Amino acid sequence: MRGARGHTLWLAFILHRISGIALAFFLPVHFYVLSLALTRPESFDSFLAFADLTPVKLAEFGLVFLLAVHMFGGLRLIAFEWLPMSGPQKTLAAAAAGGAFFLSGLFFLQAV
Amino acid sequence: MGDKLKVTVRRGGPGAQHDQTYAVPAEDNQTVLDVVSWIQQYADPTLSYRFACRVGMCGSCAMTVNGVPRWTCRTHVRKVSERPEIHIAPLRNLPVIKDLVADMDPFFDKWIGAEALHHPSRSREEAIAPIDPQDAARQEADLGIECINCAVCYAACDTVAGNPDYLGPAALQRAWTLLNDAKDGAHDTILDAVSGTGGCHACHSMGSCTQHCPNELDPMRAIAGLKRDTVRRAFRGRR
Repeated sequence: MRGARGHTLWLAFILHRISGIALAFFLPVHFYVLSLALTRPESFDSFLAFADLTPVKLAEFGLVFLLAVHMFGGLRLIAFEWLPMSGPQKTLAAAAAGGAFFLSGLFFLQAV
Repeated sequence: MGDKLKVTVRRGGPGAQHDQTYAVPAEDNQTVLDVVSWIQQYADPTLSYRFACRVGMCGSCAMTVNGVPRWTCRTHVRKVSERPEIHIAPLRNLPVIKDLVADMDPFFDKWIGAEALHHPSRSREEAIAPIDPQDAARQEADLGIECINCAVCYAACDTVAGNPDYLGPAALQRAWTLLNDAKDGAHDTILDAVSGTGGCHACHSMGSCTQHCPNELDPMRAIAGLKRDTVRRAFRGRR
């Protein structure tokens, strides 16, 4: 059935799922690192130094991309399930991916 | 032309399927159903498949062609492959009876499960209810009534594949057309039927139904409509 899945809406669906699962793995780590600021400030500072490395910043681009993809994916679903729309939903799917890329690109530019 | 198509057909019944390859003469104008019929008439009379009208009205000839569910009578060979090779299998998500014949019972049982059947609001002694073709609900219903029950959407849907209880795009779309039909007398019954675990809220909006519907209907839009109406009713607290 691989051939039946090669369309925009299915790709938007799978991107939404994968980004959701990846964020579920990321969030506990994120909160743990934030908690270090209170419990072990020296470990937190060394983590900040680590986060300053270019490869880590590149990885952060991916992270923000995931967040943006997930947010726009959710907005896309809300829009076409809750608003009785007549327009082609593929355009929304494409706009969601485009918006995600734009936002994560902005964060990336600010980081470098 | 004199050229040959390499046609691989999924043969056999439940639990014992295998692929069998045939060389079929290629024609300038040739549908996938023509290819299957040629095999049955000239190469192997034991090949089982279904068709009736050959003009895209009866919905009986749907098969999986090169991994995509299609109505084979209206699908030209050239449309499915650049190369002279085709793989033909029965529809996905349905039990196989034999060769290319899928058992449609689960598909139609789910139409009943979705209350996708007419609930009369008047008896035969009463006058027929007038219908305004310009009415918004009527126009919404009109978008979905050309379904030919071919089960292409049902075979394309990954939610059907993963959730045996899911009613599927075709049944839910028919439920939606009836919900928008002024002549249907059991709208609450329909909303009850489509709000269960296998109902409209199981849909992940992957859109494969809308993508592959040969009549270019939009079951995903219909299911979104059901999602809105079931939730609206839940908030109103109507039973």
